[in-house]
Formats: sequence, structure tokens, C-alpha cells
Amino acid sequence: MEAFVQYLFSGLTNGAIYAVIAIGFSMLYSATELINFAHGEFVMLGALGLVTLWGGLHLPLPAAFALTVAGAALVGFLFERTAIRTVKKPHPIVLVIITVGASIFLRGGAMMIWGKDAHSVPPFSGHPPIDVAGAKLLPQSIWILVIAVVLAVGLFYFYRRTLTGKAMQATAINKWGAWLSGIPSERMVLLAFVMSTGLGATAGVIIAPITMCSYDMGTMLGLKGFCAAMLGGIGSLWGALAGGFTLGIVEALAVGYVSSAAKDAVAFILLLLILYIKPSGLFGTADASRF
Amino acid sequence: MKERTAIHSHGVRTVLVLAVIMIFTGSALAEEVYKIGGIFSVTGRASFLGDPEKKSMEMMIESINAAGGIDGRQLEAVIYDTEGDPTKAVMAISKLINKDNVLAIVGPSTTPTTLAVMPFAEKAGTPLISCAAGNKITMPVNPWIFKTAQSDILAVRAIFEHMKTRGIQKIGILTVANAFGESGREQLEAQAGDFGITIVQADKFGGNDTDMTAQLTKIKGAGPDAVICWGTNPGPAVVSKNAQQLELGIPIYQSHGVASPKFIELAGESAEGTLLPTGKILVYGLLPDADPQKAVLTAYAENYTKAFNQPVSGFGGYAYDAVNILAKALKGTGGDKGKLRDNIEAIKDHVGVSGVFTFTPDEHNGLAADAFVMVQIQNGTWELVK
Repeated sequence: MEAFVQYLFSGLTNGAIYAVIAIGFSMLYSATELINFAHGEFVMLGALGLVTLWGGLHLPLPAAFALTVAGAALVGFLFERTAIRTVKKPHPIVLVIITVGASIFLRGGAMMIWGKDAHSVPPFSGHPPIDVAGAKLLPQSIWILVIAVVLAVGLFYFYRRTLTGKAMQATAINKWGAWLSGIPSERMVLLAFVMSTGLGATAGVIIAPITMCSYDMGTMLGLKGFCAAMLGGIGSLWGALAGGFTLGIVEALAVGYVSSAAKDAVAFILLLLILYIKPSGLFGTADASRF
Repeated sequence: MKERTAIHSHGVRTVLVLAVIMIFTGSALAEEVYKIGGIFSVTGRASFLGDPEKKSMEMMIESINAAGGIDGRQLEAVIYDTEGDPTKAVMAISKLINKDNVLAIVGPSTTPTTLAVMPFAEKAGTPLISCAAGNKITMPVNPWIFKTAQSDILAVRAIFEHMKTRGIQKIGILTVANAFGESGREQLEAQAGDFGITIVQADKFGGNDTDMTAQLTKIKGAGPDAVICWGTNPGPAVVSKNAQQLELGIPIYQSHGVASPKFIELAGESAEGTLLPTGKILVYGLLPDADPQKAVLTAYAENYTKAFNQPVSGFGGYAYDAVNILAKALKGTGGDKGKLRDNIEAIKDHVGVSGVFTFTPDEHNGLAADAFVMVQIQNGTWELVK
């Protein structure tokens, strides 16, 4: 029982991270039908940004958090403006390959700035682990869970209640139609990029204290987030959230009860299964109504 | 084209004439040199190995030459960079053997590059002293291949010997899923029985995993007396943090793969009390004066720090030892590669940076378990454990 609860905590923590990354994937996809394979690198930028601003320059945590996310979003903005917008014939496959190139570029840049060594930062709050039924729950895990849920709920309200959110949704459903009704759809796409990369960086910031941050940490996290987004049905907010938590918990249980060597395999087997059985994902409908 | 060929053949003729003159006057010319090749990953991912190795080799050759060389002949180092790439390593060894006509080769820096060049050294009959740690380099023994880096076998033995003194019988192991971790796991499993130790739980983690609590919970459930983690940064630091969070309450052993100040920096206070084997260079200042290596280690560390103004690492020591062994074996060979090889194999009790070397026809690493010392992390620094 104690072990099971511990696996569950481990799964929830990892799951929340996957969920935040998956939401970033999903919201960009729903606005642009583009899978951004550089998304994992924004997670890395978030983590390493926190290492520099909080760990290195000792800014107050909220300021370092906000600056890091803003900085990564700015990189996302430049990425959209310089690499995506300028493409003459924006065929999906061309754009996807551009994102792969961007991920290599960002990884190389980060290696030059932060070096090849890993870095670490302390937890947000220095409380000791909390004992629940013999298992240990880290305060940082609570931070991660709370932030993930707050982000998801916040996004939900953004899409439902604000004019910008609705305009973005309209652009996602029909770009041309939205443009005809006076919505600046190009600007909406740009906003989607900025928000998506900002979300990626947020995931990086909140996991920085529980792991080691290095220039090559983003690739695997990005792939896991992508799996989670596909699992839940890409384009769906709640799907991304559910996909993330499912993936995290299944992984942790697989490590605990099957074999730790199977950890990464589990994510990709789940992905293949879902693509065979229900290609639209757990929460996706055939014609995704998206967010 | 014709003209060029003519010039070319003219050049060849000049060289031939010079060569003939050299043959007749060679013994009289004191400036004839012994060429030693070096193949290191000076740049690229493994530059932390190759860079200090290249510097150590150059430093040692300079000091041998300053002292009058070997049998009155100067040494010359010809060093190529592999960038950690086996293909480039093969190109480098071909150049060293065919163009530079070196007597012996030091390096390469990594196990994959060494395995790639070994057949070429053997075919050309050129002794090669590798600076890589992999067991496969000297097992099975290849007559022309030696190595100076301590292997996993010795690190595992050092850990198990220490466990025996503490009465530890049941252990859990957690290894990284790459070549380093696999090799460590094989050795841990192979040698545990010899020390009366049982592995109650064996688990793995990915090099970039963010959380190892699930694996550690599983290990905790199996009730071991201690945990051995085998990996290179950053994974082991995550393991160390997670173990502290889970209040594992049993000793944690790490491998020599994290024997650098970086590990203490990453793992922070969770590293306190961690035990690990390391080459003596990391703690040379703490060694008792009776230690046979103390003088060599101190001299190397001081010379290196003075020459390059950067902290000394165990990696440069591999090349330092290789050059010293070659220098010893070169004496009286007159530049004969076969004699050189025989002399290397006959070296006994050579005190080096990585340990005390005694080569035999069946043992081309030449080190014993005392090449490693066990250290414990206390107050953010290393302390020798008895």
C-alpha cells in the first residue's frame, strides 16, 4: 500500500509535468494545425532560465518565474515571426521540419550559453516531505500539481469567457471565416505561439527544482508531452490534461510493478495503441471541436 | 602534369639521397627523435577526457626531453583529435602508423574509439596504450594493446570490499541505461557472489529522467542494507535527492562516474554521507605519507596546475602514466617496436597516477583494487574512509 501510494505520487508529479507540456502542444495545434517539435526545447529554456535568474542572479522567485516565462515566450514570438511566418508555401510537413530544425538550433544555442554540464536549483519552498500513509509527498510536487490545474482552469476560462479567447477559438475553427468577420487571425496565431511556448517554459520552471537541468533535457520531455497530447486527443484541453496524468501514472506503475527498463517504452506503446484503436485520442471527437 | 611528375620524382630522389646519408650517419646524429603518437578526443562531447590527456602528454614529453630524452634521443609527440568519433580515430591511427611512423601510440580517450583502432595497431605491430576504461580493451588480451585507466571491475571490487567491512549483505542496485551503467551492472552482478553479497533488487533509470522515486520505492520495498547507484551526472544526483526525500535511511554508494565536485554541487546536501570509489588524484592531499603514490600524485598535480592553471583531473593521469610507461620501456630498445612491446609487458611496480602498474602477458591493465580509494562526502567535500 505504501509503495502504491508512493508510485501514485511519483506518477502524479510526472503526469502534471507531461500535462502542462501536452497543453502547450495541443493549444498550438488547435490554433495552427502545427505540431511544434521544438516544444520540448522551450521546457528546457524555462528550466535553464530559472537556473540563471533565480539560482544565479538570486532574483525573487516570482520575478524570476515571470521573467523566465516571458523570455521563453519572446523566443517563441521570434520563432514564429522569423521561421514560421516567412515560409512562402506553409505546407504542414515543411513547417514540422522547420520546428525540428528550430529544436536543434535551440539545443545548440543553450549548450553554448549554459554549457554541457547539468545545473540544479533548490525547491520553491524548503518544507520537508509530507508523510501520507507512509509515502512521501514532496512540497514541490504540490506546487507542480497546483500550477498545472490552475493553468488548465485559467485556459478554460480564457477560451470560454474572454473575447480574445473566443477570437482565437474562431481562428482555430476556421481561419478564413474568422478573418472575414474581422478577427486578426495572423495575430491570433502569433498569440497562440507565444502562449504555447510560455506554457512550455512554465513546465520547465516548475520541474527545475526536482530534476537536473541541462541543455539536452527537452527532447525526451517534449516527446512525452506529445504522447500525452495524442493520448488525450490532440487539440483538446481536458484531453491533454487527462493524457498527461494517465501517462505519468501508468509510467510510474510500470516502473514499480513491471520493470524500470520499461519506463520509456510504456509511453510509446500507449501512443501506438491509441493510434490503432482510437486515433482521435481518449477525449477527441472525429471532428475535434477543440478547446 | 608531366612537369609536375618530374618535379615530384626529383623530390623523391632528393629524399632518397638524404635517407641514404642518414642511414650512414644516423648513429652519429643525436637529434634523431623517437616519435610517439597521441589520439585524443580533444574537442567534442568527450573533451573533458581528451583535453587534459593531450596537455598531460605534452607536459610529460617536454619534461623527459628537458632531462635529456631517452638514451640520448629526444621524444616527439604527434597528436591528432578524434572529436570522440571512431571514424576520425581510425583516420588518425592510419596517419600515425603510415605517415608519421610512430613507435607507439597513447590513447584514444574513449572505449568506442579505442575498440575501433585496436585492429590497426595490432596489424602494424605498434604498441598502443589506451586511456579508456572499458573492460573489453584488455579482455581478452591483445598482445599490442595496453591501458592505464582503472576499469569498472576494480571500482566494483573496491565498493564490495568496503561493504564487507561494514557487514552489508543485501543490496539494491540502480544503474543508468547506457553503456557505462550496463557495464557496471554486469560487474556488480558478476562479483557480488564473491563477497557474499546478494542483489535483492536491480533497477534502471534513463540518463535524463526527472524522477527516480518509483525505482527507489521498489528498492526500499525489497529491504536492502545499502543501495549502489551506477551512472554519470546528472542522473545519480537525482537519485541522491530522491533518496533523501524518501528517507531511505540506508547507505548510498555511487560509482567513480560521479567523482567530481560537480556531483556535490548538483546533489547539494543530499550528497552528505554518500560513499564512492575514486582514483587517488581527487584526494591526493589527504593520503597518508606512507602511500606509495603520494609523491607521484603530488608532483603531477602541482606541475599540471602550474603549467595550465586549471584543476587537475584523473583523466589527464591516464595519458601521463602511459607516457611514463612508454619512456621506461623505450630504454635500450633502439626504436624497435617489438622490443618496446616486450618491455611494456615486463614492467613491474610502476608507480603512476592511476595506481601501481604490474603488467604480465595475461594482464594488460596492470592495476589492482588499491588503485581506488573509498571516499565519503562530508560537509560538501571528500573525506577518505578507512
